[in-house]
Amino acid sequence: MSNMLELAQNQLLVPAGLDENDLQKVLDQLMQNNVDAADLYFQLSRNESWSLEDGIVKDGRYNIDQGVGVRAICGEKTGFAYSDAIQFPALTQAANAARAIAHSGGNGKSQILVKGVGHDLYTPNDPLASMTADEKVSLLHAADAAARAADPRVKEVTVSLSASHDTILIAAADGTLAGDVRPLIRLNVNVIVEQNGKREQGGHGGGGRRGYEYFINQSAAEAFAQEAVRQALVNLDAVPAPAGSMDVVLGPGWPGVLLHEAVGHGLEGDFNRKGSSAFSGRIGEQVAAKGVTVVDNGTLADRRGSLNIDDEGTPTQETVLIEDGILKGYMQDKMNAGLMGVKSTGNGRRESYGYLPMPRMTNTYMQPGDKDPQEIIASIEKGLYAVNFGGGQVDITSGKFVFSASEAYLVENGKITAPVKGATLIGNGPDVMNRITMIGNDLELDTGVGTCGKEGQSVPVGVGQPTLRIDGITVGGTGGE
Amino acid sequence: MNQVAAQNVEAGLPAQSELEKTIASVLDKARLAGATAAEAAISAETGFCVTARMGEVETVEHNRDNGLGITVYFGHRKGSASTTDTSEQGIISSVQAACDIARYTAEDKCAGPADKENLATEFIDLDMNHPWAVDTNAAIELAIQCEAAALEYDKRITNSEGGSVSSHTGLRVYGNSHGFLNGYASSYHSASCAVIAEDDSGMERDYWYSSSRQAEALEDMASIGHKAAERTLSRLGAQRLGTRKAPILFSADVAASLLGHFVSAIRGSSLYRKASFMLDRVDEQIFAEHIRIHEQPHLLAALGSAPFDNEGVVTTPRDLVTEGVLQGYVLDSYSARRLGLKTTGNAGGVHNLTIEPGELDAQGLLKKMDTGLLVTELMGSAVNGVTGDYSRGAAGFWVEAGEIQYPVAEITIAGHLNDMYKNMVAVGNDVDLRRNTRTGSILLEEMTIAGE
Repeated sequence: MSNMLELAQNQLLVPAGLDENDLQKVLDQLMQNNVDAADLYFQLSRNESWSLEDGIVKDGRYNIDQGVGVRAICGEKTGFAYSDAIQFPALTQAANAARAIAHSGGNGKSQILVKGVGHDLYTPNDPLASMTADEKVSLLHAADAAARAADPRVKEVTVSLSASHDTILIAAADGTLAGDVRPLIRLNVNVIVEQNGKREQGGHGGGGRRGYEYFINQSAAEAFAQEAVRQALVNLDAVPAPAGSMDVVLGPGWPGVLLHEAVGHGLEGDFNRKGSSAFSGRIGEQVAAKGVTVVDNGTLADRRGSLNIDDEGTPTQETVLIEDGILKGYMQDKMNAGLMGVKSTGNGRRESYGYLPMPRMTNTYMQPGDKDPQEIIASIEKGLYAVNFGGGQVDITSGKFVFSASEAYLVENGKITAPVKGATLIGNGPDVMNRITMIGNDLELDTGVGTCGKEGQSVPVGVGQPTLRIDGITVGGTGGE
Repeated sequence: MNQVAAQNVEAGLPAQSELEKTIASVLDKARLAGATAAEAAISAETGFCVTARMGEVETVEHNRDNGLGITVYFGHRKGSASTTDTSEQGIISSVQAACDIARYTAEDKCAGPADKENLATEFIDLDMNHPWAVDTNAAIELAIQCEAAALEYDKRITNSEGGSVSSHTGLRVYGNSHGFLNGYASSYHSASCAVIAEDDSGMERDYWYSSSRQAEALEDMASIGHKAAERTLSRLGAQRLGTRKAPILFSADVAASLLGHFVSAIRGSSLYRKASFMLDRVDEQIFAEHIRIHEQPHLLAALGSAPFDNEGVVTTPRDLVTEGVLQGYVLDSYSARRLGLKTTGNAGGVHNLTIEPGELDAQGLLKKMDTGLLVTELMGSAVNGVTGDYSRGAAGFWVEAGEIQYPVAEITIAGHLNDMYKNMVAVGNDVDLRRNTRTGSILLEEMTIAGE
């Protein structure tokens, strides 16, 4: 980890002629006003994306973005400024703007910076350089060929490949000095199939904090293409989804977006500090059925939602949110933890140096139970089996959340029958969590495709769950009940 | 220096001539690197956003953003790069990166900048730039006033997510190797308030906002606060509905999404990928006969106005739907070439998309609906653009005999966009001008409501 910090210093500070003393000076300058806490967030981000359409690689994009964000906190007040130039004058200018949040005349000083230690969850190598351009082009073509070979009804294939290499360094007035180098890759295949004039779409993707060779080693191009085609073909035969309240079985893995929406956001520290969440003030209460244990875990190797340290320099951790149905804790960044008298859980995240950090999820999932997934499906007399989802959304105050099924089937007398069209499922977080009646033994995490939006900021996240049975959730189709 | 330029420099923005020089230099470097064509855009933006919560300042954020994007063409091969580093070195690296990519992309005969004859040659001043002479302290006072109006409105308003005021001014210049080089400044200001109400039934949150290019056109702070409070209170005690079919009235602020799905479906990239339920439907009756949908790119000081699109193509007012019949698509140069059509000046999107308002106001539409669901919030996005199947979470009010009866939540509405467009009964004159899509409330004959 000190290795990560060293890499970050070499990337971010050395070219600008900055050293630890300079950072200490800027932090001291920030603390001269009546400021309680302050930090500097340096970042260099390089991204690329390649896309294939009509069987040819048409487009490639490269982006480089760097800058520094300066934050000053005084009680519940935050002042923030940033600059896309990493240099001493720009830093002091941003510091002056940020510290104006507090009255002048204080005489605070920052703590001596101490090198922090984080996890070692992924290799810091540059994923953009993990393959030659020719190899990237070949990978896109392999996915295209696999999709077209999978079925003659495939009419259109689009494939995208992207990577980012993100180097960050945090220096804070509480003495934190930490760095991280974060790779992230993603491959996506989308197809349109056509049969008798009827068209449908399907898509699949994955990735993580790795180099591109992962896709080769996993034969991902072929696997993702075949899965995209399978989904599209299933949807060709889909009948209208039923409408109304019914028993639903959710498949393992990505359907864990349920947890992200139904409980995850509502357990973020900022909402609970302000008392605006349906879960506010409910620690120790039964908020989910017995047997339900939900954790947020930023320490899983190579996962899309994992981080060696969060964006405030705190090492990530496994945080138990709900244990056997009882609400145990919230996800915290430093500011909200401080105001609530607890410790940061390493969930302080930000989209980039141009945004303020706030409590965000990492990888959020439910621990497995003891039921065989087949037994869960067999237990449904009449209901829905939903295995793939689009996105979701939640109103954390009322607890109402939605998530959208993109692949689902009717279940009749314990048997999976016809596929149904995409439909929105809607419920109330605490209510739905209490209606979980069976938990499978097949915990899976998603393939590495999640992006979470909050207050205009996007961050990569992971979700997961075992197969679940939920009694009585509203399904928004157009068919009969 | 003219007056506008002076204002920009005052706001901390570079002069337009500086950005034009940068673009010229970028295009020059691309040519020297062997590119047969190139295009580039540069933007600079400055501003702030302040939030006050429970009567105290909560955040003061200063924004200052620069961005440069370049696309180079080697014959029909294309590469793009972008950066926030607009220094000489940053430009050199970006041009190089774009050229490197273009060595690996394939020949695509449709790739290239817009055709020269489609580029804008006259540049009307659309009155887009109105910097707001307000500093962060004054803005904090406004945000506090806005929130206070909501907090004082009713004792059931117990908590708040705050009042916010933001002001931004930006400058964007675009140029390409046909010799096009032009840009303009624009401003954007907004004020908003979100509060929480609580009673025995639980907590509800809602908000209201105002936005404009001109600060003086923003709604009064107290009025924003009051509306936020009223909207939040009206949600308390929400019930569910039994599953049924019923008429649906989309309030003006959510009706824009119906037009958004329409634009997605007639966008060139959806059409040439055959990923749309609107394929080959020009001249077909898509909407009810009384519906007209048009673009108004040259409205003065409007949020969606633009003299030219993101490729320098001249924008023109035009009908997308006349008497319910589809007149054309939403195209940029690339998708137009793919479809064998001419660009419609929509690189970057539509401009002030407007559905012609009808005679009735919001109240009149409730009366016309008589019994049905007034939808004021939509959640989630199970809208399939390939098939037109539509299913979304909703909240709003149950209406009987033209009167609101009680709030409803935790329901979904579903249907097919073809049916929804054909069965638009009426469009209200309560037009929401806060964004690029201008629509009043829209009444639909019937959709499926799923609930208990």
